[in-house]
Amino acid sequence: MLRQIRISMLIFALLLAGCGGSDDDDEAANAEGAPFRVAIVMPSSTTDIAWSQSMYDSLTAVQSDMGGEDALKIAYSEGMFRVTDASAAIRDYAAEGYDLVIAHGAQYGNSVFEVASDFTETSFAWGTSSDTGAERGIENVFAYGAVANEGGYVNGVVAAMLSTNDVIGVIGPVAGDAKLYIDGFVRGVTDVKPDAQVNVSYTGSFSDTTLAAEAAHVHIQAGADVLTGSAQQVVGAIGVANENGVAWLGTQSDQISLGPDVVVTNQIYNWANVISDMIAKIEAGELGGTAYKLTFENDGLRLEFNENIEIADDVKEAARAAIEDIKSGVVDPVLLEDDDE
Amino acid sequence: MFDELFTISTLVGILHSCVRLATPYLFASLGETFGQRSGVLNLGVDGIMLMGAFFAFYVVFEGHNLWVGLLAAIAVGILMGLLKAFVSVTMQSLQGISGIGLYLFGLGLSSLLFKTLIGSVEGVSGFRQLAIPFLSDIPGIGHILFNHNALVYLAYLMVPVSWFVINRTTLGLKIRAVGHNPEAADTLGVSVNGVRYTTMMIGGALAAVAGASLSIGLQNVFQENMTNGLGFIAVALVYFGSWRTIGVLGGSLLFSLVNASQLWVQALAIPVPSEIAVMMPYIMTIVVLAFTARQIQKPAALARSYERGE
Repeated sequence: MLRQIRISMLIFALLLAGCGGSDDDDEAANAEGAPFRVAIVMPSSTTDIAWSQSMYDSLTAVQSDMGGEDALKIAYSEGMFRVTDASAAIRDYAAEGYDLVIAHGAQYGNSVFEVASDFTETSFAWGTSSDTGAERGIENVFAYGAVANEGGYVNGVVAAMLSTNDVIGVIGPVAGDAKLYIDGFVRGVTDVKPDAQVNVSYTGSFSDTTLAAEAAHVHIQAGADVLTGSAQQVVGAIGVANENGVAWLGTQSDQISLGPDVVVTNQIYNWANVISDMIAKIEAGELGGTAYKLTFENDGLRLEFNENIEIADDVKEAARAAIEDIKSGVVDPVLLEDDDE
Repeated sequence: MFDELFTISTLVGILHSCVRLATPYLFASLGETFGQRSGVLNLGVDGIMLMGAFFAFYVVFEGHNLWVGLLAAIAVGILMGLLKAFVSVTMQSLQGISGIGLYLFGLGLSSLLFKTLIGSVEGVSGFRQLAIPFLSDIPGIGHILFNHNALVYLAYLMVPVSWFVINRTTLGLKIRAVGHNPEAADTLGVSVNGVRYTTMMIGGALAAVAGASLSIGLQNVFQENMTNGLGFIAVALVYFGSWRTIGVLGGSLLFSLVNASQLWVQALAIPVPSEIAVMMPYIMTIVVLAFTARQIQKPAALARSYERGE
């Protein structure tokens, strides 16, 4: 019996050691002068150089703008790819009295609405979605999403201009997901080079870096000389692009650190304005109801060039022109419903 | 459209991808074969892989030689193997659940170390493609087999080495005896625990090298949970291969072949829905398992802890 207890304790210790994430055990209520408290639940890691990192980086940017931890407290739970775990975390944060609980994934929708109905004094946000639950009488939920096809289109224009083989490879996660970005990308390529071949492959996973890396090899062997892809799986693919000297066009977060010589552009998701606006609304007593969209027009999307490599002026110029055309409505890359991530 | 799939260049491409993709599976499942043949089921392979991947990456990231990185991974793998042996062999805890504990430990610790020591996703220069002189010039076969990085060759070299150790050495005889009938082996003076500690260390080292083959060989980057459950597939491949090294090789190649094919089918825009393509490796696994299940001769003492009687 003693042995069994001892073993159970050991296993429990191992299990505990395995639990990642970070928490903020500050019990301070949101009294006058107390910091605004935001909690975020995300499917991957704060360093995924993709979806989750884009939100985390934006949160920390808002935090420094507001004056640091004294003004904005951030707690986060990462690696919540299991919806049941995420759901429990969302409920815990709400119960702990956070002012805003962000559920950073379209898969968390049901959990958000369920918890939001139980904690009507707490504000929630989730994305990608445009559903704030208003039709169901829910008033404390914000929704957000990125019009990823805008940057997809611009990256497509850049890809078409960079490619000499006129073969371009795209590595998607799950079919249907990231569709906005990929559809925009394909349209950008074909607007510049109607005959260019865009080969799209999906790995069936957001996080299978091994398969994504192999997909990059396959595209290169099939003749592609420019690659792009989305979700956190792309780290492996960027490694392969780097090794083979093949241009990479990033999306969601800054990916230059992984391929300093091959990453040409990044479409960056800048959630800072969305976060600031939600905080302002909550402090004014408005707990939800707004659906936000990141676009080039509202500075939610940014296209950044890698300053460390030489990029032809006409490529940069074409990218800037494409952004202006999108802003002014000359080009409308919005083709389909939003279902990115 | 389908014609494109059956051109020589595509078939060579698919087989080349297949050989490379099998690398981490081979290391990890050969290591697991040692453990299971001695009667210890280690479900913690994925956690050990992550630790191996991290340490190999970190050492190389800090500017050291790739082989030093590989040695660091091996050392960490041996330690993780010792931990598993301590929990499963000495403490006699349930092998399945303690393996899951080890997996979570490896997952959590590698993430924590990554966040603390590196902090952001960075790349390193890993093992480069090493074309073997003359052999790599053979049309077709040369590219498929002899145009990879050093760790890929090492993985295939481990197949005959593992076969030899398990089937032709005294240690191998002891491993098989302990896995089949630990009581009898003990009566004959074989240290059951000693053998199981040894196989856990071998398995740990190979699992860690499997992780290193990702972080400093195939992808040259470390990301939290980058194995994405690959270690669990490696455990399944041991069953798939009926605990024989040649079976493990066959299983790893088959699984990788289907994966490589689906990537090529999609990249060539052959009109097969990507959902079907992505499902293929798993459908294939179920089909093969269904047909091989009856012939399986598993080690009789697998997943049973051994306590010497009075």
